[in-house]
Amino acid sequence: MKPAPFKYFAPDSLEAALELKAQHGDEAKPLAGGQSLIPAMNFRVAQPSILIDLNRIPELRGIRANGALTIGGMTAQSAAEKDALVAQHTPLLHEAIPNIAHPQIRNRGTIGGSVAHADPAAELPVVCLALRARMLAQSQSGQRWIEAQQFFAGLFTTALSADELLTAVEFPLARERTGYAFLEVARRHGDYAMAGLAAVLALDENGACSEARLVYLNVGDGPLEATQAVASLVGKKPSEEAFAEAAQIASQVDMQPFGNLHATPDFQRHLSGVLTQRALNLALSRIPKKAAKAK
Amino acid sequence: MSDTYSITLSINGKSYQSEVEPRLLLADYIRQVAGLSGTHVGCEHGVCGACTILLDGQPVRSCIMLAVQADGHELTTVEGLASDEKNLHPLQEAFWEAHGLQCGFCTPGILMTLLPYLQEHPNPTEHEVREAISGNLCRCTGYQHIVDAALLAAKKMHNGA
Repeated sequence: MKPAPFKYFAPDSLEAALELKAQHGDEAKPLAGGQSLIPAMNFRVAQPSILIDLNRIPELRGIRANGALTIGGMTAQSAAEKDALVAQHTPLLHEAIPNIAHPQIRNRGTIGGSVAHADPAAELPVVCLALRARMLAQSQSGQRWIEAQQFFAGLFTTALSADELLTAVEFPLARERTGYAFLEVARRHGDYAMAGLAAVLALDENGACSEARLVYLNVGDGPLEATQAVASLVGKKPSEEAFAEAAQIASQVDMQPFGNLHATPDFQRHLSGVLTQRALNLALSRIPKKAAKAK
Repeated sequence: MSDTYSITLSINGKSYQSEVEPRLLLADYIRQVAGLSGTHVGCEHGVCGACTILLDGQPVRSCIMLAVQADGHELTTVEGLASDEKNLHPLQEAFWEAHGLQCGFCTPGILMTLLPYLQEHPNPTEHEVREAISGNLCRCTGYQHIVDAALLAAKKMHNGA
């Protein structure tokens, strides 16, 4: 047997799961889809003494739109991928999900699991930060919402406390005069990307950029936001020059990539820069024409 | 020795009941406890796809799932494809006819990935087939004959060709 021994609990209610988490704290790892945790356990990189399997808690699954799009933490990535509400209200998320590994992985992998794992190479944390999603953390003593900017606290680290579980992720609905794009480059579809980003571009009534977000994967210890590049864009009319300048700042100033097995830091900067221009153009092209010109 | 758990699950329509340690991987349960060695174990960390099986009709990696997690679920392995010993499933026939395998190690995982895919996508393009099997590694064929076999299987499964 590959994994080291552990004690296993499969509670059938959130209440029971929270009680276990309160009792065992950091000793107990929640098991969501297990598509990162079980490989780590097979390598014995992770040796949790207790697993709390959340798969038998139906209330943690489901997607609903009511002023915002809320996805239950244990919703499978493949379910969100095929969901009409996700496609309609969060086109960025809809575009990003097929980039997560392979269909077999997305059938088990969950939205909340990937977000709580906070892998810097993962797609979902990048989307959460770009859309300013917020995470619902629940414990026996209550619940709180954590903004994406606070949630991702570093390498595989989140703002969740030892007694808390991430039970839902709430995404703001797509807005008017706003375009979204997700792009990444991997050696082989489904592999960890060498570079990639989520871009959000919003225009004001005069067609100038009123707000933008550029968030990158795999170039930092978490989803990396290019704040200086965004500052260079805001207030300007979209143009090739403005996009090129933002790409230059994002890839040369905002990020300090470490490089990885498949890409040197310079190559990651190059890819990130090229993808930034493409993503901004794509986001711009997706802003409804009529809305963009409306007075 | 950690505690054991009692699980009941169905594989290819047959019910199994066992006492298992929670750390027993589903792939190892299928091979060693149920004795169905058609499911292959390659990388054991979810990359190669050789261990792909159907869990309630959906393809999943059995090497990164615990056997206890399959309690109460219905599994299908490559042994569940053919209706009997004399008649191959059209998908298997297509792999035979189009030489969709060489050593055969990756084949069970590829078949179990393609079965639900071709049921949902009766007329895929070559590009779509390559995309569908992107999570399955083959070190022999260079994939060309696997893709040919999948396209042939699509015809067989839907036109009875």
